Amino acid sequence: MDLGLSEEQELLKGFVRDFLEKECPETRVREMEEDERGYKPEFWRMMAAQGWQGMIIPQQYGGTGMTFTDLIVLLEEFGRALVPGPFISTVVLGAIPILQAGTEEQKQAFLPKIAAGELIMTLALTEPSARWDADGVAMPARAEGDSFVLSGTKLFVPDAHVSDCMLVAARTKESANPEDGITLFLVDSKSAGIQFTALKTIAADKQCEVAFNEVRVPKANVLGEVDKGWPIIRGVKSKAAVAACAYMVGLAQMDFDITLEYAKQRIQFGRPIGSFQAIQHKFADMIIDVDGSRFITYKAAWALQENEPDAEMLVSMAKAWCNEAARRVVAHGQQIHGGIGFTKDYKIELYFRRQKWMELMWGDADYHRELVADKLAI
Amino acid sequence: MDFRFTPEEEAFRQELRSWLRENVPPNWEGVFLEEEVEEWKQGLAFVRKLAEKGWVAPAWPKEYGGMEASPALQLAYNEEMGYQRAPIGSIVQSVGYIGPAILFFGTEEQKRQHLPPVTAGETVWCQGYSEPEAGSDLASLKTRAVKDGDDYVINGDKTWTSNAHRSDWCILLARTDPAAPKHKGISFFLVDMKSPGITVQPVMNMANVHSFNQVFFEDVRVPKSALLGQENQGWYIAAMTLDFERSSLVAMAVSMAKRALDDLVGYCRETRVKGKSLLASPLVRHKLAEMAIEIEVGKYMVYRVVSLQARMEPGSIEAAVCKLYNTELDVRVANTGLEILGLYGQLHKDSKWTQLMGRFQKSYMYAIAMVVGGGSSEIQRNIIAMRGLGLPRG
Repeated sequence: MDLGLSEEQELLKGFVRDFLEKECPETRVREMEEDERGYKPEFWRMMAAQGWQGMIIPQQYGGTGMTFTDLIVLLEEFGRALVPGPFISTVVLGAIPILQAGTEEQKQAFLPKIAAGELIMTLALTEPSARWDADGVAMPARAEGDSFVLSGTKLFVPDAHVSDCMLVAARTKESANPEDGITLFLVDSKSAGIQFTALKTIAADKQCEVAFNEVRVPKANVLGEVDKGWPIIRGVKSKAAVAACAYMVGLAQMDFDITLEYAKQRIQFGRPIGSFQAIQHKFADMIIDVDGSRFITYKAAWALQENEPDAEMLVSMAKAWCNEAARRVVAHGQQIHGGIGFTKDYKIELYFRRQKWMELMWGDADYHRELVADKLAI
Repeated sequence: MDFRFTPEEEAFRQELRSWLRENVPPNWEGVFLEEEVEEWKQGLAFVRKLAEKGWVAPAWPKEYGGMEASPALQLAYNEEMGYQRAPIGSIVQSVGYIGPAILFFGTEEQKRQHLPPVTAGETVWCQGYSEPEAGSDLASLKTRAVKDGDDYVINGDKTWTSNAHRSDWCILLARTDPAAPKHKGISFFLVDMKSPGITVQPVMNMANVHSFNQVFFEDVRVPKSALLGQENQGWYIAAMTLDFERSSLVAMAVSMAKRALDDLVGYCRETRVKGKSLLASPLVRHKLAEMAIEIEVGKYMVYRVVSLQARMEPGSIEAAVCKLYNTELDVRVANTGLEILGLYGQLHKDSKWTQLMGRFQKSYMYAIAMVVGGGSSEIQRNIIAMRGLGLPRG
């Protein structure tokens, strides 16, 4: 039992932090908020050169075959630097389900390209009902010859507009059990009949409305089996939720670090505001929230990696906790910064807005508490 | 990043678990400060059985009756003891931090004199730190120890001294150099409670139990060998031993909270309101889920402190974070229990109507002692902010 990072993970963490401090400063983050694509292809290629998109892809498919907890260490640093762009979409929402459920042919077709930074992916799951459960997947896909035809609207799809390929969840069968009858399709984002509209969000990240109008997808592009997509989605949702936790851990830690520095510098009443007990006690509470988030996230990530029987429950515990803990941290961060925190002149506001984004993605606290309650009640 | 215990650690956990299931008294109420007379006797008998197994102080060296357990094995031990509500209130302090202080700062003679009787379940220790005018500001304590030939002569009074009336020995902080800055003139003594000049006066706590005492020292003469460590090193020893105390106590407290949750879930499953189990009520589900999540978070805070110990890395601030979070958590856990129990929550354990043996009622009161004792929550926050984060003193 050892909750510390391995030597390799410490090296990775240090390297990623240095790299991002240089290549992804605040100016880049702000620039990407205004940018239509939300990422810079040069930066994407630089990350691929470090092997990051291929980190969890086995060597036989062009990756480096590292573990899920290694990826969590990386994503914590991404949260710290607020790295914009389709990294989680491509790696967690794209590569992971293909690795898990793809045919050998599909793996060969997609994974080496993802690892090389040549392919951007995402998962189109949620719809205007804005639900994360199987009931939320209502968009039909009807079989027609050697294709399926998809029609309907997917909403809150991250990075869809810059994707090369989307994994799309659609209903291929009506059934009393909503988890039965969902199929996952690998859909070329340039297919005829697809229209993307970027959504304006609090974090200025790039989520999209994706309209499917009679989009034809070859049957060979089904991932896994027809009607049996939900277990794959369930696995992805767990990993995506933990990825969001890791991002929030890094984000909350950095918000804390910036605010601590500020409280030591900012003078009021002739002394640093950090000398006031009212401020000091906020910092103690922030530490609890940052540390609490980090270690429950590590536990959930480790449990997923090791296929522990209670992994899903731990994921829900982690996401419910991190959502609220990170929100408390960034709220304190704003309060301690006072007026300057409410402006675009200072970086702390970026953390406040991004936290809300990650809080909502892959299930808010109420959603995950309900899942925890379900499991407690068994 | 590895959350797995070794096969040996798991095997020990299983062995201890089955032993505890057989040996924890069946009607055991299970708040570990077993303070009422009957409970205290049951607790002492239990500790003697534990001593026969050699399981009183797993972390201590074998030569003093310990097991030389790794931090992870000790964690497994603490988790099991907490979950099974082992009645070890009589040794919590001696095993948790008094013994470790003697191990760390004591002479060979002091170790041989004091440690084996603890692991044999024969001696009880109490803590003489707080004074009526020195609570959170402990370093302002006024009890004096004046050197007189080969002895020290002690005068002063101590308060909140749990179990002083049942103790054989007392650790005592007393001022040996009144001219020095307040933290630097304090020494740490090991005092025989049978020494002439000691009077113990009961202080009833709000649970109507005699646990606290005020202890008066009037010209109490102790030999030089009662001094632990160097003269005027007492503050340092006390601060360091509090770190020992925090991690082991908290590990037990978290698993006790988990047990409380499991009991509460069981109660909700059986209790029907409007024809439905309480587990179907959205508000109850919300409370239980939140409790489960907060307990799980507390658990890994403990694991983190243990990981630092195993790596021999400093973890004093982390231990303070852990103590702060988990004691405040226990207040919420007890409150959640009472909310769910409704009118029944207020009942004492002796009522024929009481639910879950009145444990939540008792822990509702005792939980607020835990956010005060061992350094209040506010003191923990000060320590974290100033010592941990380097924020300037106000």
